Amino acid sequence: MRYYAYFPGCSAEATASALGLSTQAVAKALDIELIELEDWNCCGSTPYSGIDEVEATCIAARDLALAEKTGLDLVSPCNNCYITLNKADSFLKEYPQLKERVGEALAAANLKYEGGVRVRHLVEVLFNDITPGVIASRVKRSLDGLKVAPYYGCQLTRPGFGFDDPEFPKSLDSLIESLGAEAVPFALKARCCGGAFIISEEDMALELIRKLLDNALENGAQCMITPCPLCQTNLDVYQGKVNSKFKTKFNLPILFPSQLMGVAFGLAPRSLGLGKNAVSPNKVLASYL
Amino acid sequence: MEPKIGVYICHCGSNIAGTVDVEQVTEFAKGLNGVAIASNYKYMCSDPGQLMIKEDIERLGLNRVVVASCSPQMHELTFRRVCEDAGLNRYLFQMANIREHCSWITEDPRKATEKAKALVSAAVRRVFYQEPLEIKEVPVNSNTLIVGGGIAGIQAALEIADSAHKVYLVEREPSIGGHMIQLDKTFPTLDCSACILTPKMAVAGSHPYIELMSYSEVEEVSGYVGNFKVKIRKKARYIDEEKCTGCGACRELCPISVSNEFDLGMGKRKAIYIPFAQAVPNKAVIDSQNCTHLQKLKEGKDVCRLCQKGIEKKGVLGCEAGAIDFGQVDKFVEVEVGNVIVATGYDTFDPSLIYQYGYGRLDNVITGLEFERMINASGPTEGKVLLKDGSELKSVGIIHCVGSRDMKYHEYCSRVCCMYSMKFGQLVREHVPGVEVYEFYIDIRSFGKGFEEFYNRMLQEGTIFIRGRPGEVTNVAETPEEKGKLIVQCEDTLIGRQRRIPVDMVILSTALEPRSDAEQVARVFSLSRSPDGFFLERHPKLDPVATMTDGVFVVGCCQGPKDIPDTVAQASAAAARALAIISKGKMEIEAATAMIDEEVCSGCKTCNSLCPYSAISFDEEKKVSQINEALCKGCGVCAAACPSGAITSKHFTTQQIMAEIEGILI
Repeated sequence: MRYYAYFPGCSAEATASALGLSTQAVAKALDIELIELEDWNCCGSTPYSGIDEVEATCIAARDLALAEKTGLDLVSPCNNCYITLNKADSFLKEYPQLKERVGEALAAANLKYEGGVRVRHLVEVLFNDITPGVIASRVKRSLDGLKVAPYYGCQLTRPGFGFDDPEFPKSLDSLIESLGAEAVPFALKARCCGGAFIISEEDMALELIRKLLDNALENGAQCMITPCPLCQTNLDVYQGKVNSKFKTKFNLPILFPSQLMGVAFGLAPRSLGLGKNAVSPNKVLASYL
Repeated sequence: MEPKIGVYICHCGSNIAGTVDVEQVTEFAKGLNGVAIASNYKYMCSDPGQLMIKEDIERLGLNRVVVASCSPQMHELTFRRVCEDAGLNRYLFQMANIREHCSWITEDPRKATEKAKALVSAAVRRVFYQEPLEIKEVPVNSNTLIVGGGIAGIQAALEIADSAHKVYLVEREPSIGGHMIQLDKTFPTLDCSACILTPKMAVAGSHPYIELMSYSEVEEVSGYVGNFKVKIRKKARYIDEEKCTGCGACRELCPISVSNEFDLGMGKRKAIYIPFAQAVPNKAVIDSQNCTHLQKLKEGKDVCRLCQKGIEKKGVLGCEAGAIDFGQVDKFVEVEVGNVIVATGYDTFDPSLIYQYGYGRLDNVITGLEFERMINASGPTEGKVLLKDGSELKSVGIIHCVGSRDMKYHEYCSRVCCMYSMKFGQLVREHVPGVEVYEFYIDIRSFGKGFEEFYNRMLQEGTIFIRGRPGEVTNVAETPEEKGKLIVQCEDTLIGRQRRIPVDMVILSTALEPRSDAEQVARVFSLSRSPDGFFLERHPKLDPVATMTDGVFVVGCCQGPKDIPDTVAQASAAAARALAIISKGKMEIEAATAMIDEEVCSGCKTCNSLCPYSAISFDEEKKVSQINEALCKGCGVCAAACPSGAITSKHFTTQQIMAEIEGILI
């Protein structure tokens, strides 16, 4: 059994509850104990730092301070939480003045952060700690014949906290293959999906989403996986809007890696939140369920 | 003999005297034990300064001299020579550094003066116990070993051989020529590279003073300047070089085709082959990895041998000269040389590491060296610039700095890429009328003679320059015009916009990097490497071809990226340095070496493995360690480590060092 402090993030609790569900289900199957960080707060995400860098760092630092008490690595399944918490950690190490101000804020809540937390992404833990070989050994229904496009999004490997190549990541590819499925070549696998611009610059974001879907299909993908709840929402929920805007007929299921893994482990579709996807994966996964 | 010490304090203009009270230091020195005279002067290193010391030695019979001035790195040699000119052994001189160690780094004049006094006192106490040492000379072997047969090695070999001294030119490939023989034209004059190199190759191949050892590698080097012993492996060529006439008939008979490394895998060659038309030596070689006969021979089977036997039915003869010898094995040759010139060249950066540029993944993304072969009339496409499907191209993008000026790969600038990239633009426009050429650059570095003029010409003649390092080369089209093209995505930093440029072919101007086996080569020749991995010269400004190992020189791109004229200049410089040693005929060796008292040595061998110069050996008969004075550099490691105190470092005896410390602590 391996133990980690778990930071679900807001998405995994709400808009992307399938991510939270499937993460816990798969963790259990892999003998991973994810201990939810007590009294965690929102990481601040990307928008907050655009308004006030110090405040944004403070709220992320509070989570880091809580995690430090546990003495465990802090794992998040969300790309955004992963990068925000890591950024706060590296800023506090790099800028002594910022550290001083954030330290004062933490002290007001009887907390302190010494810089001892390793912030990790679930995909990285699966890839480095559990390893694709062990994952392969837990597969009950090989996803043989399934063509999957690995979509990393921009925040998992960029600007880069050292776990995969920022331009050409491979970790998801090998996780897909450990399940018996085929990772299709996907040139745009680390390209931006538009992120939060889907709210403010919808036309631009829809064009970016269209390109991703188009390139994945061109390479023969039957479904796509992405660990990022925001990417997943954009690609999945907005697929219909893309279709009506560009007169396309995309119908590509967008899954979380943990969902696909759960299918290969033979877990109940319900426990993986498969019913929550906007584009239903049932047809594509029919022969594996 | 009672020491009579002369002490000379230098002002160094205001460098020393501006901070240190030199009069006070002089007065202080006069009062020190054994000091016969103390004076100061504006510039001790000047002629009048030197004369002052000489006259005092002669007039007062001084038998020790101390100069308090700059670092011994600067002028120790000068003052030692002054002493010797006046008949005083150079080891009876001592220098006190009151500039770098004192006046330049101490602001308070009072403190600086006190420190200068302490340093002078230390030097005086030390010199008191210094002893004359015998300066030995060893004869110099007039042969030279040159490692690497590219333009650097060839040039150095010719310079030395033309002065009637023997050169062993060792090349690991079957032919000399190096990278230069693969190039099509040279910038900025657009001379044909092979046309200017092959005459030199031919001379090198037949020169009476050059022994060319192709398909050979240096395995071991021992000894020291003037007297190196070198072990060379002559790899089995499976061809008797004496007999082979280079007719090439064997190639026609060989049934095995493999990709041709000379054309970077774009063309084919046989398992028995001559690397290229102008190869020197023009002798065949059998690639044992691909030869059916040699492979099956391991299993005891005798197959093929068509090159040797011919095809009887068709009346085709095999090698008429009888040069093929499948029984050959690697041979080892030992040679003795006085100097070594290392000219092992460079590797080109593997651009597939930069995934986003698509090399090895997308068709028609090629490297600069591949383009050189493609555009060369004797290359795999006979000089036609063709796309993978055989069609002609309409546009080409050339990406500069691939692997250079990039913190993720090589931080340094490879110096030649800007120019060869612009040369490619020119060549492709000559070969394909109407082609569009885009140069994607960070800065154009056209620093050499005629380079800027060439750049201006390219600007005028229609090459399109886009300033910005491309982020990606992709085949994912976004518009109908982009379909079927390679799209170079980049920020045009001159207009501040993202641009997508669709082209038919992308040439990656890859960095020059150290040879993959540079570390091993460095070990064989006792070379150091700079942080970029290239071999380190002795001094970056004033000693660019010598190395920290006397008698070993580095030239060409193994020392750092450079173009052909710079390489040739360096090669000639190294040749001149080697010839200077040869023509002198003998070398002085460091007298301040370590010495073992055989009576005290317990034979524990601790020192043997510690010596960084392999100067200590063990005398099995006497059961004591022995030091080869010619190899010893006097570093003192052995003296410090010897558990029985049997080793003394001459000129660094315990007595001398203790006296120096006492002097500092007055």
